[in-house]
Amino acid sequence: MYKIILAIRYLLKRRIAYFAVLAVALSVFIVVVVMTVMTGLVRDFKQKNHQFAGDCVVSTESLVGFAYYEDFIKILEQEDIVEGVSAVVKSYALVSPEGTERNVGVEIMGIEPVSHSRATGFGQTLYNHRDDVSKAFEPACDPNLGGCVIGIDMVLSRDAKGKYSYDSDPIGRGLVISCFPLTAKGALAKVSTGLVNTKTFYYSDNSHSGLARVDSSMIYLPFEQAQMMCGMGGPVKRASGIHIKFKPDVKPFEGCRKVASLWENFRQEKANESYANLLEKVTVQSWKDNRRAFIAAMEKEQMMMTVLFGLVGITTVFIVFVVSYMIISHKSKDIGILKSIGVSNANVMMLFLGFSFLVGLLGSAIGVVGGWRFLVHINGIEEWLYDNFGYQPLWDRTIFAIGDIPNTIDFKVLGVIILSAIAACLVGGLLPCRQAAKQKPIETLQVSQL
Amino acid sequence: MSESDFILQAEEIYKSYRMGATRVKVLKGVDLEIRKGEYVAIVGASGSGKSTLLHILGALDRPDKGVVRFEGRDLSRYGNGELNRFRNKMVGFVFQFYHLLDELSVLENVYLPTMVSKGVLGWFGCRRWARNRAKELLEQLGLAERAKHKPYQLSGGERQRVAIGRALMNEPNVLLADEPTGNLDSATGNGILNVFEKLNQAGQTIVMVSHDDRVAQRAARMVTLADGKISRA
Repeated sequence: MYKIILAIRYLLKRRIAYFAVLAVALSVFIVVVVMTVMTGLVRDFKQKNHQFAGDCVVSTESLVGFAYYEDFIKILEQEDIVEGVSAVVKSYALVSPEGTERNVGVEIMGIEPVSHSRATGFGQTLYNHRDDVSKAFEPACDPNLGGCVIGIDMVLSRDAKGKYSYDSDPIGRGLVISCFPLTAKGALAKVSTGLVNTKTFYYSDNSHSGLARVDSSMIYLPFEQAQMMCGMGGPVKRASGIHIKFKPDVKPFEGCRKVASLWENFRQEKANESYANLLEKVTVQSWKDNRRAFIAAMEKEQMMMTVLFGLVGITTVFIVFVVSYMIISHKSKDIGILKSIGVSNANVMMLFLGFSFLVGLLGSAIGVVGGWRFLVHINGIEEWLYDNFGYQPLWDRTIFAIGDIPNTIDFKVLGVIILSAIAACLVGGLLPCRQAAKQKPIETLQVSQL
Repeated sequence: MSESDFILQAEEIYKSYRMGATRVKVLKGVDLEIRKGEYVAIVGASGSGKSTLLHILGALDRPDKGVVRFEGRDLSRYGNGELNRFRNKMVGFVFQFYHLLDELSVLENVYLPTMVSKGVLGWFGCRRWARNRAKELLEQLGLAERAKHKPYQLSGGERQRVAIGRALMNEPNVLLADEPTGNLDSATGNGILNVFEKLNQAGQTIVMVSHDDRVAQRAARMVTLADGKISRA
């Protein structure tokens, strides 16, 4: 009990201890804020990628695509783990606004909007047809015209607060889309007739997936139209991929493993078919693996930030070390007194480690509460800075496709930060505490030492 | 006189300290026996090794050579835990500079040895008893009104009485006092010596170290330490 009482009193009555608490609080505050924002960004980015890809993707990188996808979809639909399946065609195209000469290279994705919304979060990214995705490709100007859904950043611009201005929604604008159709063997399909498939589509909706690359370069077309444009139609139809969503009780990893096994059987069954070679390049991936190229960069950044803030932790360890050392140096008389009344070396060490623990606990508590309060108001503070000084400290919303600063506290991360801070304080206090425990009472109580 | 009459026995105690390049021999074969209930004063010039001997008797320091027995048992055979219990329960130290903990109140300083001997749960079990015992001691020492004060709010004499209270808290077999009046004016010092006399009359064994013959004469027996040995007992 005396250890608790003395550790608390040392903490409360030594002004230097306040600096140690403050240093820990500041470190924890910074780490909480940065890790919350960074973790939020990564979590948000992963979630958007998950919504974009569904749970599992059976796909090929080849622009030729693969055949017999309809047969495999039938197999998938019989499985009770599958909730939604959507075949897609992916390729590249040139787009010119109708009546102009300028064109731009884009990615196109052919989808059937209802099944694609069942397999992915596509429906939720629409603006005009969110409630009835079946009409996603029906332009408001004339539902009978061929419609297309365009990545939001291709048609609308963001203001400084990251909000899109829908006043300039280009309803009914015609886009001339040109694709280079390929045969199943990868050759240009229309060598003798002009190489390119060109068709005019009319803007029917925009898609806001929150993924910068998708929103700035993706045009969605009706599946059959895209298939024809890319040369994947005909008697043996081809697709670029199949997006799959599992039922809620199915773990994505187990679902993907099941799909991979089904695909392997399917591939063997089709081994003697004429386009069997196209199946060899098809992979079955979880959404994470499918979007790895994009997610990995963010995860690396997060890892780097964690390492950098680990260095902040080292500074904290050093500060607590110095403070503990100073306090213990001033308390050598107390150590002698305690030992003269029978306190063991281990208990002397525990007393001062208890002090370090309290520094960590109090510092973490202050840092966490401060960080939490700051995060609650972080978007308001940023808005106030922008409104009053025209300053956006984190990122320019007109350029980056990130809206509000993520400020949802992850309690797991918070727990790790608190425990790390306390551990850092204990590490910092360990050496001085060991020295305190080793002090001989007689040396500290001698008149010459006073 | 039988062995069991002695509470502390020191035989052939040697102790030296390193001072720079030289080694100073402080104790050169000290023999001393303290009987139960005795009030002994060890006197000697400054640097004669009085305090060193007292610290060795109280197991705060170890001799280079020789044996110290407490109730017939060799202290060098005590394990670390036993030594801590010995310092906590069997002896009570009173130092020249009081050595109170500034962070604790007077009352807390007095019951600190009991708190040290208990775990958290054990302390909650005996807290009331310990507080009452500490209050009683403070009352006997004339400090009842000072219980809530901090040591730095007290005079030298008051602080020394608090230190005596702390030393007596666990009812030790021996009270070891190192120049208890050395830092006090003569009137206040007399007050402390009166307290010692009363304690001794009540059966408390006391070993006191002093460089002042007049102080030492208040004890029942006086031993003189000179040139590292007991010269007169």
